[in-house]
Amino acid sequence: MKTKNKNGTAIERIWHFFASVRLSVVLLLTLAATSIIGTVIPQNADPAAYERKFGQPVYTVLESLNMFDMYHSWWFRLLLCVLIVNIIVCSIQRLKSTWRIIFPKTPAYQPERFRKSAGRVQWQAAGASAEALKKMFEPYMRKHFRNIKVENPPENQGIMIFGEKGRWTRLGVYAVHFSVLLLMLGGLIGSIFGFEGYVNIPAGETRQAFSLKNSNQTQKFGFAIRCDDFNVSHYPSGRPKEYRSDIAIIDNGKVAVTHKLRVNAPLTYKGITIFQSSYGKTPSGSFNVVFTDNEDGTRITKKAAIGETVDLPEGSGELIIRDYSNSFSLRGHNMGPSFLGMLKPESGQPRPLLLPVNHPSFDKMRGGQYQISVKDVEFIQYTGLQIARDPGVPVVYTGFIIMIAGCYVTFFMFHRKICIELQPEDNGARILVAGISQRNRTGTKNAVKRLAQKLDRMARQTGKIS
Amino acid sequence: MPNSAILISVITFIYGLALVFYIGCWIFKKELPGKLGTWTLIAAAAGNAAGFVLRWIESHQMGYGYVPLSNIYESLIFFALCVAGIYLFVEFKYKVRTIGVFASLFSFLAVAYASLPSVESNIEPLIPALQSNWLIAHVITCFIGYAAFAIACGISLLYLIKSAENNPASGVTDRIPDLDSLDDLTHQMITFGFLFLSIGIITGAIWANQAWGRYWGWDPKETWSLITWLIYATLLHARLMRGWTGKRIAILCCIGFAAVLFTYFGVNLLPGLHSYQ
Repeated sequence: MKTKNKNGTAIERIWHFFASVRLSVVLLLTLAATSIIGTVIPQNADPAAYERKFGQPVYTVLESLNMFDMYHSWWFRLLLCVLIVNIIVCSIQRLKSTWRIIFPKTPAYQPERFRKSAGRVQWQAAGASAEALKKMFEPYMRKHFRNIKVENPPENQGIMIFGEKGRWTRLGVYAVHFSVLLLMLGGLIGSIFGFEGYVNIPAGETRQAFSLKNSNQTQKFGFAIRCDDFNVSHYPSGRPKEYRSDIAIIDNGKVAVTHKLRVNAPLTYKGITIFQSSYGKTPSGSFNVVFTDNEDGTRITKKAAIGETVDLPEGSGELIIRDYSNSFSLRGHNMGPSFLGMLKPESGQPRPLLLPVNHPSFDKMRGGQYQISVKDVEFIQYTGLQIARDPGVPVVYTGFIIMIAGCYVTFFMFHRKICIELQPEDNGARILVAGISQRNRTGTKNAVKRLAQKLDRMARQTGKIS
Repeated sequence: MPNSAILISVITFIYGLALVFYIGCWIFKKELPGKLGTWTLIAAAAGNAAGFVLRWIESHQMGYGYVPLSNIYESLIFFALCVAGIYLFVEFKYKVRTIGVFASLFSFLAVAYASLPSVESNIEPLIPALQSNWLIAHVITCFIGYAAFAIACGISLLYLIKSAENNPASGVTDRIPDLDSLDDLTHQMITFGFLFLSIGIITGAIWANQAWGRYWGWDPKETWSLITWLIYATLLHARLMRGWTGKRIAILCCIGFAAVLFTYFGVNLLPGLHSYQ
């Protein structure tokens, strides 16, 4: 016998562990409690900022526990996996034992349970025989309930009509749990096959690729996006009203789609969705780099552009303008729009150089022969687009619909069995209306009350006729 | 200050008056203050609804035209209305007035908080991210859920008061319905709230996917709404599968509502996309 050994085999023990609702309760509370951490510690911020905030020893401990990206940490994912297994095992376990109870070949009705049920209603109908009432109530029951059964209980002369409703609603709870699995599956599909990124396109320009989020890599669209125009409109108070980019998708050299991209109105093309996300200014074309001699103050001005190399005066080396940032942050201070360069003196180590547009004398503190600054920078507006592909979304949305429908069925619909007992009396009949339900006692009581009122009205009419 | 905001300030006092009547009904065990409480609360809720509609009209007159559900002030007004509305339905159906003490208290506190000078009550047009019908669906469903949880918490507090009563002869808890009915009513409120919270989180996710390109980003507000959802999910499993009832459910229900309050107010202290609310 399997049950001889209380703990059973190892597999049985594991199965038993995952089949417990106590585990579900513990998991749900653990997920709730651990989720708090990530709302208190800002996630995915700059490691240096964490180190400043927590100090080296604490930072190392928190980092080893993935606290700075905890929702993607191994332990949080493990909790989710255990929850998934728990849901699946519980559902199989319960369906196995209740399937035959839920869907028996012939539903059974136990008269005694109805006679003792809470909320039963009894009254005497004068002037109508039990048989006449049965003839009237039975078609009514057949119309409104299923699995109708009419019996003559052996213990008395009465007639019993049984019926039931909403048997299928017992499956609602499984739909809710299935929907949770769909949400997790959709999330998994998204994290494996999806990506998130961004691209800034100045008005009039075209881009073939975008930068991936949280990495330095770029990825090609497989087509090109051209920004034909970008507009920001404001309310009189100065609040932004609308950001709009007129974009064109160019596929195989031809304009495939044009779209007015706005916030909340994204465009999806070949599975890639393009969102209006931000806007800003970026330097256009060339600008001037000024070298001021620290000794005599003489100035030499040279033309430069991003990605170009400028020769230092008197052949003392070269300066490469490598990048531009709209708001460069230096040890927590916002330096505003800045160029980033690399200074390569003829002798000595190359060193990085920061050239803030709005602070021309910033470079003075570096010392050296020349103080370097930028001027005459012309800006053009660019539109900031967010790029996302998430093939898991249809699965997740299906999960959403099933979850809402399942919750509604589980909480607001219920399986109930109804019984009408008719007992002949000297002057008419005694009517009992009763209902039993597994879950919703209040709802069943109300349903019984309404049915009794309806039957009473019907009985009174027969009483009058006969 | 818009006229609707002046109306809402007046409504604060009417909610306060309803609260006084409901307390009077509980303490003096008389029918009259109870009836006055009901009618005052109906008047307050009607005025609250009028304030909501008036603000909507005013936003159109200013040329912005939006459903007033976009900032903390507007959400507080709507929350107060939901609490009063759901409670009045419960009172009508179950003829229980003691819960009215908590319902009118919650509505009163919500509009009183909204009337504080530190809460911006001016009608401001919507920034682009908020211009979405999903926002309307999201806020309405979330706040119906929150209101149901508020009332469930009130009923649970009644349960705890009644079950802690050592001396039934004192009569303080006479007017509180029996423990079984309270327990059953709490459960009904929670299932109702849970359905609406679920729809609220889902519509919010769809909106986020449309505005920001992801349906879930673990921002603090999203995460706290999930924490709230998990607490009530725990409660439902404990009750339906492990047979928890009474005191334990009442305490869990209060913890759940504390999470609701943190999701609503506390999260604004944390950084995230929802911080404009």
